Amino acid sequence: MLRHSHTLLGAMALSSLALAAPAQADTLNIGVMGELASFDTSQVSGGVWESQVLMDVYEGLVKKNPEGEAIPGMATDWDISEDGQTYTFHLRDDAKWSDGEPVTAEDFVFGWQHLLDPASASKYAYLLYPIQNAEAVNSGEKPLDALGVESLDDGKTLKVTLNAPTPYFPQLLTHYTAYPLPKHAVEEYGKQWVKMDNIVTNGAFTPTEWVSQSRISVAKNPEYYDADDVSLDGVNYFNTEDRNAGISRFRAGELDVLREYPSSRYQWLKDNLPEATHLSPMLGSYYYVLNTRDGRPTADKRVRKALNLVARRKVLSEQIMAGSFKDAYSLVPPGTSHYDVQHMDGVEGDYAKRLAKAKQLIKEAGYGPDHPLQLKLRYNTSDEHKKIAIAMAAMWKPLGVEVEMTNAEATVHYQTIQEGDFDVARAGWIADYNDAENFLTLLRGGVGNNYGDYDNAEYDTLLDQAASTQDLDKREALLEKAENTALDDYALVPLLYYVTRNLVNPEITGWQDNAEDDHPSRWVKFHDGD
Amino acid sequence: MLSYTLKRLLTAIPTLLIVITISFFLMRVAPGGPFDGERQLPPEIEANLKAAYHLDEPLPQQYLRYMGNLLQGDFGPSFKYKDFSVTELIAQGFPVSLEIGGLAILLALLIGLPLGIIAALRRNTMIDYTVMGTALAGIAVPNFVIAPILALVFGVLLAWLPAGGWNGGALPNLVLPVIALSIQQIAYIARMMRASMIEVLGSHYIRTARAKGLSERQVIWRHAIRPALLPVTSYLGPAIAGIITGSVVIEQIFGIPGIGRYFVQAALNRDYTLVMGTVVFYGALIVLMNLLVDLLYSALDPQIRYDD
Repeated sequence: MLRHSHTLLGAMALSSLALAAPAQADTLNIGVMGELASFDTSQVSGGVWESQVLMDVYEGLVKKNPEGEAIPGMATDWDISEDGQTYTFHLRDDAKWSDGEPVTAEDFVFGWQHLLDPASASKYAYLLYPIQNAEAVNSGEKPLDALGVESLDDGKTLKVTLNAPTPYFPQLLTHYTAYPLPKHAVEEYGKQWVKMDNIVTNGAFTPTEWVSQSRISVAKNPEYYDADDVSLDGVNYFNTEDRNAGISRFRAGELDVLREYPSSRYQWLKDNLPEATHLSPMLGSYYYVLNTRDGRPTADKRVRKALNLVARRKVLSEQIMAGSFKDAYSLVPPGTSHYDVQHMDGVEGDYAKRLAKAKQLIKEAGYGPDHPLQLKLRYNTSDEHKKIAIAMAAMWKPLGVEVEMTNAEATVHYQTIQEGDFDVARAGWIADYNDAENFLTLLRGGVGNNYGDYDNAEYDTLLDQAASTQDLDKREALLEKAENTALDDYALVPLLYYVTRNLVNPEITGWQDNAEDDHPSRWVKFHDGD
Repeated sequence: MLSYTLKRLLTAIPTLLIVITISFFLMRVAPGGPFDGERQLPPEIEANLKAAYHLDEPLPQQYLRYMGNLLQGDFGPSFKYKDFSVTELIAQGFPVSLEIGGLAILLALLIGLPLGIIAALRRNTMIDYTVMGTALAGIAVPNFVIAPILALVFGVLLAWLPAGGWNGGALPNLVLPVIALSIQQIAYIARMMRASMIEVLGSHYIRTARAKGLSERQVIWRHAIRPALLPVTSYLGPAIAGIITGSVVIEQIFGIPGIGRYFVQAALNRDYTLVMGTVVFYGALIVLMNLLVDLLYSALDPQIRYDD
């Protein structure tokens, strides 16, 4: 396996280099699935590949350990007020930007204000809405300095005021929207501060080169407070959109890590590269939206239940997807913190019984051979989605259901289903932060991502109650009850839980599977590395 | 000739304007916008995005704004790759595509032309059948099949060459993409050259040349090859424009930072400014290549003259 960036050059070049350079750099080569939108975290478009780069070069108040758990980062510790609405973060003394300037609370205030500035037009600004006045600032109704963040003690302390107790707030702070921005650099260079010559970052690495659409290179940041404990000298992120080509590059030793290998290759990889092939549960749900708008057949609960009863999720996960997904019976995936997985009723077990029950429900709903149930199923174009759609249509066929399948590229797909022109539609959700609320909002009345327009007052009330509950156990009970309400209503067809799929060079340590698929390179070491 | 060239360049301006205008409005008519995605955005964020990119203005105003900027040579910022302007993206990617595409065309000519000529001279022999059979296979097998096979065989199994990556255009990184890109072109050029050679060899002036007692070598080199090159030349114009603007397949499989992927990705992402940038660039290149081909024509065929 490749561990030295120089290996890319031919054998001859290598031997001459080896003579010239006695100590070779430990460089990690990662194949990521797409191109970073920007080093300005307010401009990021939300790909997993983007957070991989950003978490290596920036560090928030809280960061992730190899297991994906939140641990103190730029803040050494924090105090939470009685009412759970005020957080006081104490910043570490030795926190520095890569140009040696200190990281201050002012940089956090500046970064968060920049993110929520309407002029920044940040797509993910809403993730910081738990902060007081954030939404009003982002809507342009209040000035930037109305935001509930304050720098105290000459920038050593950051005080954050929230709208409501938000137990997952520290989790949220690991997201790139909560990173600081180098105020001094932005003031000096304006919009050009992100250019390679000007950029400064506060993470374990700092960007050195960006060949658009091909490679981003970062080098170890000597000013990082924990630099002595960072083993790698640098990381290259190769834009590897063609993931089958990525597998070839991994096998050729050009990549140490390939993120998100194609699910269709799982069996082959497991058989041929067993030590390198990783697959583990991820905080993501793959489900079918059921359109509950008036006039749609799926507005009838009996129809929704019947469609759920005959969905054979094990067949999907084990046969159609060859083990590269897990079968799902709920919306909130396993691994969610402070949450037990719920279970939709009656959708597992004796298939013949389920089928009989479903047939009866369809009949009761008024459908039969003379008046078959016709469903418009929409999915966004991809081989995976197509396979699943065909399988689902086949599973529903014994009920006399006639499925009309329509696929469209993602942009068009989501616009169409937002407008409500469908009965059943493919959707997926990957958690932004590890909390059940992140998933349950998908069924809240009037929320944009609630494509099926599911509207249940009891459900919404439970979520409201949970939002104002500080006790984690009580909050968990409320959220679980909310999900059960929706599952009892067969509000959607849960199908699969996502899994993380990575190829990892067995020579490296400090790279661990975790449910959020976050792998800071800061912890990675080559086996024989010092 | 000079005035002809100038005239052609002047008429290119309205052509490009029409192309730009049609593309501008077609892009806006396409369903979905640059910021639609899996996640529905809160309305205030959508409004911020629209305002930041002037998408909240009436379409004619957006058009005038775009044309105004374009006249000043400003293609605008990419909607998707936000740390780069469209000009920077094209300026960074085009030399790469030009290098790979140029080498591929060169290789295709060096191999394709002789193969076509030999096949024509050995018409209906085993050599002809072999060359043309191989060429047919070359055309039939798409490069998204050839490229991964090349990467697998030479990059993984034999480990002679890198399976991907650009590495600043180092020679080992160039070999596989150039081969993958040229195979189809070799096949096209060989077939075209063969057909045109056969036609020329059957013409009256070749018969005359032979009747004069010229040797076969002289007949072919002096009288047959030049006119036979004409169809290949007219094919080369658009082919070169196409190939040096990159190939999304080759770029993605080998991880090459060319501009080919922008044509596809920008359209899928509804990255309006980048789509327009690539359209203008490609349009101008096509106009230019066609002009060059026409000028080359007159050099190859004395019957064609561009006088006023």
